[in-house]
Amino acid sequence: MLEAVGLECARQRRALFAGLAFALAPGELLRVAGENGAGKTTLLKVLAGLLDPDAGEVRWQGRPIRALREEFARQLVFLGHAPAVKDELSAAENLSVACELAGRPASPQSVREALERYGLPAEPRPVRRLSQGQRRRAALARLVLSADAPLWLLDEPFAALDAAAARLTESLIGRHLAAGGAVVYSTHQEASIEAAVHRVLQLG
Amino acid sequence: MISIARTLVARDLRVVLRRPGDAATALLFFVIVASLFPLGIGAEPNLLRAVAPGVIWVAALLSSMLSLQRLFAADHADGTLEQMLLAAAPLGVLSAAKVLAHWLVSGLPVVALAPLLALQYDLAPELWGTLALSLLLGTPVLSFIGAIGAALTLGLRGAGVLLALLVLPLYVPVLILGAGSVEMAAAGLAAGAQLQVLGALLVVSAAFAPWAIAAALRISTE
Repeated sequence: MLEAVGLECARQRRALFAGLAFALAPGELLRVAGENGAGKTTLLKVLAGLLDPDAGEVRWQGRPIRALREEFARQLVFLGHAPAVKDELSAAENLSVACELAGRPASPQSVREALERYGLPAEPRPVRRLSQGQRRRAALARLVLSADAPLWLLDEPFAALDAAAARLTESLIGRHLAAGGAVVYSTHQEASIEAAVHRVLQLG
Repeated sequence: MISIARTLVARDLRVVLRRPGDAATALLFFVIVASLFPLGIGAEPNLLRAVAPGVIWVAALLSSMLSLQRLFAADHADGTLEQMLLAAAPLGVLSAAKVLAHWLVSGLPVVALAPLLALQYDLAPELWGTLALSLLLGTPVLSFIGAIGAALTLGLRGAGVLLALLVLPLYVPVLILGAGSVEMAAAGLAAGAQLQVLGALLVVSAAFAPWAIAAALRISTE
């Protein structure tokens, strides 16, 4: 379903990757590995359509994502390096806004349940008062409510998470793959995710 | 699509309500600038009446620009802008929602406060309506044009100065028309022509600016 053809990207005239090609079928997991500055975040942004590659293109079900725009965005969950939560709002408010923006509105009940699964209390406390790891959890709670989005692009999903939250994230990814979704993620640490096809793309 | 835009407006308004400092600063700036002029110029009623429309309009324009710098900067910093770019609605629609939220916070209070500030200039009560109407039509145009500049200068060093250089020349027609309409009314002439052109500017900017903002956002997030 997701296909990259001859991707090439440079940052400050330094080539990050060139001639990168892969195809991702339903149920497949792709881990983007590489040291800091190898271009993991750049690659994920290119796959999400946030960055245009210098050469090559990304295709979704055979059509270039540049032409699809919102149609592609609707099929996608992208969790970037920044947790994408507003400091002034509570975790529940952030989550329900994020779901609404992505075109899959969630009921207050399901938002509360998603946050509970990630161990966040459903109190109206602004995210500003939460720790770094809790913010990360508030962002990841979106995965609980995004099971029907076929493609997940996760940039360092395990950063700043404790063991329990990391395990929960792994199990959510595993369940998504089993249901026919595809996941691309980047990480430094080893993650144990159950996947029929688990490929590693080494950058740099 | 409309519900997504509504969500974004509600979110931005809620953020401002939780942290009213930034919005209040811009409004306070407007009030202070407009109040300092009568003190500096002196209590010469005819002179004050003559400068009132221009001074109030310039103050409104500067205060609008003051709050523009943060329009997309906060979203850019916390990553929510990326989610806007990947939202299920066209980016142009979301840009229009951002501008609407900005205007509700920074433009609408200016419209409401202007007649009150006009008291200090001894502006005739029958002109208050024209002043408020000209601001009501003009301040959204300022928000739309300014948002293009804010999107273009997003993430640049010295964005504030660059934004002013970029946007202020484009504000000039709005300023001339807005202040001019009140001056016309003060001279006993019909202000309709200026107000209609302001209205036309509003329609045109509402139709095209969101797409320009969207294009600018895509460029500056690359």
